[in-house]
Amino acid sequence: MLTKTNEPVVQMRGIVKRFPGVVANARVDFDLQPGEIHTILGENGAGKTTLMKILYGLHAADEGEIRLRGKPVSFTSARDAIAQGMGMVHQHFMLVNPFSVADNIILGQPSSRKPLMDDPKLIHQRIRTLSEQYGLIVDPEVEVGKLSVGQQQRVEILKTLYRGAEILILDEPTAVLTPQEVADLLPILHRLTEEGKSIVFISHKLDEVLKVSERITVLRDGEVVGVTPASDVNKADLARMMVGRDVILKVAKEPAQPKEARLQLTDVWVDSDRGLPALRGLNIEVRAGEILGIAGVAGNGQSELEETIAGLRKVKSGQITICDHDTTRSTPRDVGRFGLAHVPSDRYKMGLLPDFSVAENMFLQRIGESPFTQRGVLDWKAIHQQAQGLINAFNVRGATVNTPAASLSGGNAQKMILARELDRKPQVLIAAQPTRGLDVSAIEYVHSQLVEQRDAGLAILLISTELDEILALSDRIAVMYEGEIMGIVDAADADIDDIGLMMTGSKPTNGQTRGTL
Amino acid sequence: MDWSQVLQWGFVIALVTAGIRLAVPVLLAVLGEIITERSGILNLGLEGIMIVGAAGGFMTAYYLETGPLAGLAGSWSAWLGLGAGMLAGMAMGLLMAVLSITLHVDQVIAGVTLVLFGHGLADYFYRLQFSSLTARVTGLEQISIPLLSDIPVLGELLFRYDPTVYLTVFLVFLTWFFLFHTTWGLNIRSIGEHPAATETSGINVNLGRYAATLIGAGLAGLGGATLTVVQLGLFREGITAGRGWIAVALVIFARWRPGLALVGALLFGLADALQFRIQALSQVERGVGTLPYEFLLMLPYLLTLIALLYRRGRRDAPAALGIPYTQDSH
Repeated sequence: MLTKTNEPVVQMRGIVKRFPGVVANARVDFDLQPGEIHTILGENGAGKTTLMKILYGLHAADEGEIRLRGKPVSFTSARDAIAQGMGMVHQHFMLVNPFSVADNIILGQPSSRKPLMDDPKLIHQRIRTLSEQYGLIVDPEVEVGKLSVGQQQRVEILKTLYRGAEILILDEPTAVLTPQEVADLLPILHRLTEEGKSIVFISHKLDEVLKVSERITVLRDGEVVGVTPASDVNKADLARMMVGRDVILKVAKEPAQPKEARLQLTDVWVDSDRGLPALRGLNIEVRAGEILGIAGVAGNGQSELEETIAGLRKVKSGQITICDHDTTRSTPRDVGRFGLAHVPSDRYKMGLLPDFSVAENMFLQRIGESPFTQRGVLDWKAIHQQAQGLINAFNVRGATVNTPAASLSGGNAQKMILARELDRKPQVLIAAQPTRGLDVSAIEYVHSQLVEQRDAGLAILLISTELDEILALSDRIAVMYEGEIMGIVDAADADIDDIGLMMTGSKPTNGQTRGTL
Repeated sequence: MDWSQVLQWGFVIALVTAGIRLAVPVLLAVLGEIITERSGILNLGLEGIMIVGAAGGFMTAYYLETGPLAGLAGSWSAWLGLGAGMLAGMAMGLLMAVLSITLHVDQVIAGVTLVLFGHGLADYFYRLQFSSLTARVTGLEQISIPLLSDIPVLGELLFRYDPTVYLTVFLVFLTWFFLFHTTWGLNIRSIGEHPAATETSGINVNLGRYAATLIGAGLAGLGGATLTVVQLGLFREGITAGRGWIAVALVIFARWRPGLALVGALLFGLADALQFRIQALSQVERGVGTLPYEFLLMLPYLLTLIALLYRRGRRDAPAALGIPYTQDSH
């Protein structure tokens, strides 16, 4: 273990980075001590990733200075940064799925017998040695696309170590992991620092930040709000620094009063785009006045489930009913008529038309109906009047009826979609990743709206890969793994370890599902 | 036994050898396009690139043989013609690269534009230089491989060709080796699958795509030049007759693998050779009421279409094929 000197391995001074219309980093200072885990904490859009991309040579800073081990550096590409011992594990893995683990690791590395690739046996051996040294066990010969997300992350870390990284940047490394995988990752990080590596950890999850880091730098709107040892603060302090005001960390809600079943899926089988089974005999039921949460690691059939219910994907077998109508083969327009509202996971691709105005986006689905169309002609006055009403009711900030949807912030775009969907007086709502990429106040707003609608008797299916969100909002939790429901539990007595296990494909240990189906 | 059997053997051998020759120009374009598409660039301009290569190669060879420069190049004129065809192809490839990689023009539109431009360019220069006279070049001598070419049947089938046939077979191997056994090949394939990941590994994505597009277009240009300089000895408007488009289709059939490209191109070549021969035969037996020869002209294209239906290879396509790459795109 290295002794901790006072000379930081990384010093960033007065970093400024502007993108068209925003200042992503405004005079940011950041230090990393050798052997330290230093967290950069901040909301989405606070400038964390931008700062690290500057350090890693992927963006050029507009102003400011970077020193590595005391020496000024200026990187123009990732290659420079890698050569200086930097390694970055990106939030969205930078892995080539059809390649083997070994090919991913050697990509871009000089070969000792150029132009030929190095002897595979030699490479496999080197990778195995590294794997054992740091406890990152993975088979170098297997195809990366066949690995679990947790294993892929190990490949990413191995990749940086193989390239001789001394300074590791981990961008939201736990965002895609199950609770067990997170529990496995944290000791690995400590092992790395024991071996003398220094780690920058980027996150917005307060629990793990407090658990893993030695120091925390908090960013808000591109500026440093404070730097503090982790031992000196608690969750509420950090939340306040992040958001700039007191934050309610828990969603206030009364126990649900569920009534009749509104949405039922019976033994539903659906194929993915690649023709492989994505939903395998799914059975779920959502009742009026409750929120059913679908938990699971991304890519286990959630988007197919969402599209299937919304009438966007062909059902191979099984049955779907919405408010007693068989909608197994219905079009999106029909399921909408039977009472389904849909807040889609991909806001900008499925949820809105970026170049259309707020008013057009709000009523496009019903544009042929009265009062929007009179005798076949659009009544713009009525459309704008209705739209303005919704803008006011849902507090869509920065929007007039004529504002193009693309210029709204993520939170306000989501409010616009919520307004549109709820204005149709639906019986059932699918909310898929409803807070992805939103800031804390927008998250609070969306969550309170969902709970309010539940209390008013709406049946809500919440699909989210954020386990915290599922736990905070759901009345019952169904855990999905490879297109199957592994178990359904009452949120009141949900055990996070059980849920985590189900997310990786094990059935509950007591052999039966708790709660009612 | 009797004459008819000998005739049939002779017919089969002639058919296969012609098929192998006809496969060469297409195969060169397919190999090039495999490299280009493996880097994520969908170059639909092959037809235009081939015809520019065909025209450029032919005109170079012709002037070295008969023009004011006659005799200067001696027996090398055909080789220099092939080289010129390749360079002409690369110039077209550079245009494609600038449009699609630097300017982010939609690759389908850029490719189709390249086809129209290539036809216009080739026809313009040919008409300007040759008006209506029938110009011809001599091409390359056949090389019979010593000993091997004396093996009965097999020798005739495999070892009596002009050098471009052997060169192309070697290029199949070379392309495969380049893509799967060199670091450059790994880089190119990685760029085509996940450019952002490749960039973070310190590899210049755009540089790789430029290189792959230029190599690919160079091979397509060489294919076009082989057709005019070596095989036909003449140039006509539209002489490539859709071979560039066939090549695009064969890349899918071959699932982006050089070995399968060889199979696909041979299939096309055989169909093309068969079409020629049946056409000739049916002209002898005119009036017997066989298929109209226009139908036979369609045969190789029909076969390509059927091959595409059979090989549903879309799944093997490079994941980033046809998608422009920008550094800040995520």
